[in-house]
Amino acid sequence: MVETVLETHGLTMRFGGVVAANNVDFRLGRRELRCLIGPNGAGKSTFFKCVTGLQTPTSGTVYMRGQETTDWRPHQVASLGVGIKTQVPNVMDGLSVHENIWLAARRFLPSREASQRTRDIIERLGLGDLSRRDLGQLAHGERQRVELGIVAVTDPWLVLLDEPAAGMSAEDVERMTGIIYELNRTAAIIIVEHDMQFIRSIASTVTVFHQGSILMEDHVDRVMADPTVRNVYLGKNA
Amino acid sequence: MQNQFGRDAFALLVTAGVLVWIAPLVISTYTLTVLIVYGMLALSLGLIWGYGGILCFGQAAFFGLGAYTYAIAAINIGESTLPMLLAIIVPFIFAMMLGAMMFYGRLGDVYVGVITLVVTLILYRFINSTAGPQFVLGKARLGGFNGIPGFQTLNVPGNPDSYIWGDGLYYFAAAALVVVLLLVSWLLASPFGRIAVGIRENETRMSLMGYDVAARKTLLFALGAAIAGLAGALFANWAEIVTPSLFSLGQSAEIIIWCIAGGLGTRFGPIIGAAALAYLKFLLGQQTLVDNTVIMGLILVLFVLFLPKGIVPAVVSGWTTLFGRRGAGKATALRRNRAGRGAVSHG
Repeated sequence: MVETVLETHGLTMRFGGVVAANNVDFRLGRRELRCLIGPNGAGKSTFFKCVTGLQTPTSGTVYMRGQETTDWRPHQVASLGVGIKTQVPNVMDGLSVHENIWLAARRFLPSREASQRTRDIIERLGLGDLSRRDLGQLAHGERQRVELGIVAVTDPWLVLLDEPAAGMSAEDVERMTGIIYELNRTAAIIIVEHDMQFIRSIASTVTVFHQGSILMEDHVDRVMADPTVRNVYLGKNA
Repeated sequence: MQNQFGRDAFALLVTAGVLVWIAPLVISTYTLTVLIVYGMLALSLGLIWGYGGILCFGQAAFFGLGAYTYAIAAINIGESTLPMLLAIIVPFIFAMMLGAMMFYGRLGDVYVGVITLVVTLILYRFINSTAGPQFVLGKARLGGFNGIPGFQTLNVPGNPDSYIWGDGLYYFAAAALVVVLLLVSWLLASPFGRIAVGIRENETRMSLMGYDVAARKTLLFALGAAIAGLAGALFANWAEIVTPSLFSLGQSAEIIIWCIAGGLGTRFGPIIGAAALAYLKFLLGQQTLVDNTVIMGLILVLFVLFLPKGIVPAVVSGWTTLFGRRGAGKATALRRNRAGRGAVSHG
């Protein structure tokens, strides 16, 4: 059996009377690529926030590489070597592309090595010409790419991406798929996504959320063929 | 980066040396001393607000705390060296505690502003109400609204009878400002400074990168308070009395205006803003035709409307357009875009 890098037991998150995530048991193996899908309000993003420490779950536990991280703050989770990209682009618009990525690298490396790795990543992402430009002046797709660079530069073993393809052009999505595959060579990845086409193109195991719980977990093709999932997505039995 | 800082420091030392030498030919050293003190005070807010994004409405609290710490310690000790150090350390520790409470409590910017404002008010009210004889710390009476006069002023370390005053105090204050400015420059060029700017730009991103944002903001806030404390101690030595008005809201507001007028996100902006506006206030104080708060208010409004980025960024970008060359500091250029917007929305 593959080593487990992320595990949740009975993860529950309540907002007043609303149960956003209900008793979620989840596990992710080393270097696995997993997509989380589900209709709006299914609890994907809540689950994502509980795992990353952006929110503290009402009950249940989260384990990363066997260590309990339930009540941890985001910076503690990230310090373990977890790369996180949130739903809204979270970048430093007033700083250059280089500075953005350097700051991420500097967390784990001394300044000089951080600069070296930053240059490497910028080349790999094809952002070389933009290196000194302020991030705020770049196009949406480029900023998303920089944010992936921020995640990738630290060599994470677990990567959590919330809607990475949102609002991107087909060309940008393709480029990003390439980056995700590359990351997947060394890291387990969770992608929260709406875009079914994107998920199909990545072709991996999919976990379907519905009304705060996990509905099913299977390969993308079987999930797509499943009548219950189709109903959930079309809202027939909701 | 190292080389850049070296050149930067050299240019700074030469410029400062020339200015310190020339300025007394135009303005009396007595006035210059207080301009320097205000410059240092503005720099302390410029550091945490311009580079850390922490808008502190109560920078005067640390200024007053430094001044009172100096006065009380000087009366008790009778020599100035240790009191000077205490005037830096006490505000630093106080700000550490206050900052930890605010930043670990994940308070938003507005609440940080409100809390720092209220702390200033509390200190002001408290010090004002200590006129009674029961308010004594060691040999020092707090004196309430009368303040504390007659403490040991700055002396040559180890020799309480040889005072540093007048021109001597001017050179001492100027040297202190240069040292603080060098330390601030070094700090901003270091990873700590760059990370602080990152936090100013996007706190969430920095914490998702694994940085302990609360700890770093607390430390930066405390460093700002330490600088304000040193300015307070120098002020106490200049005025030879400390009064509750050091903690007043007017004082706090003035520091913010200095920063806005001079240019946020630059090292020199707040210092220049403070010196220029304080000198203007001094000149206006010599006439009775117009009330100087009206002029100050007018200046603030004009700046926000027509020069929202402040003097220094405007001069730098003017220079760049004229001579087509990127101006003095990298940090200056870096902050140009955002300084203006920040200043307007907070002003």
